Amino acid sequence: MGADTSLRNRFERGLAAPICLTWELTYACNLACTHCLSSSGRRDPNELTTAQAKALIDEIAAMQIFYVNIGGGEPMMRRDFFELVEHAVAQHVGVKFSTNGTRIDAAAAQRLAGIDYLDIQVSIDGADAETSDRIRGVGSYKAARRAMDHLADARFGPFKISVVMTRDNIAQLDAFERLAAHYGAQLRLTRLRPSGRGVDVWESLRPTSAQNRELYHWLLERPHVLTGDSFFHLSALGDPLDGLNLCGAGRVVCLIDPVGEVYACPFVIHDEFRAGNVRDQGFGAVWRESELFKSLREPGSAGACSSCGSYDACRGGCMAAKFFTGLELTDPDPECVFGHGETALAKKRVVLRRVPSPDHSRRVAVAISSR
Amino acid sequence: MSLSTIRVFDASAPWRVSPQVSLRDESFGALAYNHDNRRLVFLKSAQLVALIRQLDGYESVNDALDALIPTGQRERYVKALASLVTSEILCGR
Ligand code: SF4
Ligand code: SF4
Repeated sequence: MGADTSLRNRFERGLAAPICLTWELTYACNLACTHCLSSSGRRDPNELTTAQAKALIDEIAAMQIFYVNIGGGEPMMRRDFFELVEHAVAQHVGVKFSTNGTRIDAAAAQRLAGIDYLDIQVSIDGADAETSDRIRGVGSYKAARRAMDHLADARFGPFKISVVMTRDNIAQLDAFERLAAHYGAQLRLTRLRPSGRGVDVWESLRPTSAQNRELYHWLLERPHVLTGDSFFHLSALGDPLDGLNLCGAGRVVCLIDPVGEVYACPFVIHDEFRAGNVRDQGFGAVWRESELFKSLREPGSAGACSSCGSYDACRGGCMAAKFFTGLELTDPDPECVFGHGETALAKKRVVLRRVPSPDHSRRVAVAISSR
Repeated sequence: MSLSTIRVFDASAPWRVSPQVSLRDESFGALAYNHDNRRLVFLKSAQLVALIRQLDGYESVNDALDALIPTGQRERYVKALASLVTSEILCGR
């Protein structure tokens, strides 16, 4: 899909239902990645029950949301994980689910392979254990590779390998590509944002501007590499990357968290971007009527970017990246390819917005069970 | 993508929205999603959406165009329909 301006303008005014709906099933997680966008770890006692979760799936199906991205926490930590996935698929709601892989043993892989309309993304953050485990914890890389082996053995088909790009792993781009080829998998690269616990590591882990340029050119040559439209701020460097090139928050993108709170996007779990709760109003009413979403669908001002020749390509970048680094939403993206974000950051002498409202981080580290 | 679903568009033949496809109305037209190949297609005109929804009721695409589309715009619609065949939103029947 190339950039289509008329369509993009329509999208900025919002759709009848999201295209890209993420549903974090649980805040429980057996890993403690340093950049976790949802600050996951401990299960929230107020998690949606199985019945509530199924009712939500029914509403998603009725709204003709064709697929849902299931994440967490680690979604497989929910005991009713398979029940919910099978319920969704039975209503023709496709499931794309994101996992750290620790719970995919041979039997789980077999079961997953038997489900239609199911995509799996296994996350690693380095092409070797040392690099990946620095972020995701000791043993996590091996566990993810074991999951990939099980999926391959179960003939799951082309799963996805999902990587958050950091200063430490951009040099491994070709190695990630080889790893994906080894499994017949698809590679998916996403942007490190200062969301959740990510705010604590963003400064030290975000790619340098030279690395971002390298990444941009690497991606331009490989339109088959998936990015979830993550890097459109880099489109200001020249030809646009594949995708819609806009911030879809509250317009085409949306997050439902484990307790039913609806946020504008997975990367803005914060009171400021909370639109309502599915338990009170149902998801459809929140999507259509929340004041927050209505305001996000108003034509925005280009703010500090209005004089930039590349505004059409980059649109001022990512709202979440600006918010959590303490910038105004009318400021340039903190990683603006022309360095205007750095200037804005320096001028503000910002306090990072460190308190992602619900923080479910575990207070002590745990060892990964080996299974 | 199975070979049998790839067919060359012929306006004298009958076509329909594929049974694998869901249409969701939007202010600009509709979203079409093929559950089989998981492709999402944007239909950018309400008239086009109305036309494909009614294809089922006509013996051929030409009949549907005669009934529903002003002559001057025919060519545009034939082109749009052909591209919907390529993206497997429409199938023969
Ligand atoms: S000035 Fe704004 S629009 Fe231009 S490249 Fe930087 S962030 Fe993007
Ligand atoms: S806030 Fe950032 S991550 Fe969220 S939809 Fe907008 S650009 Fe994407």
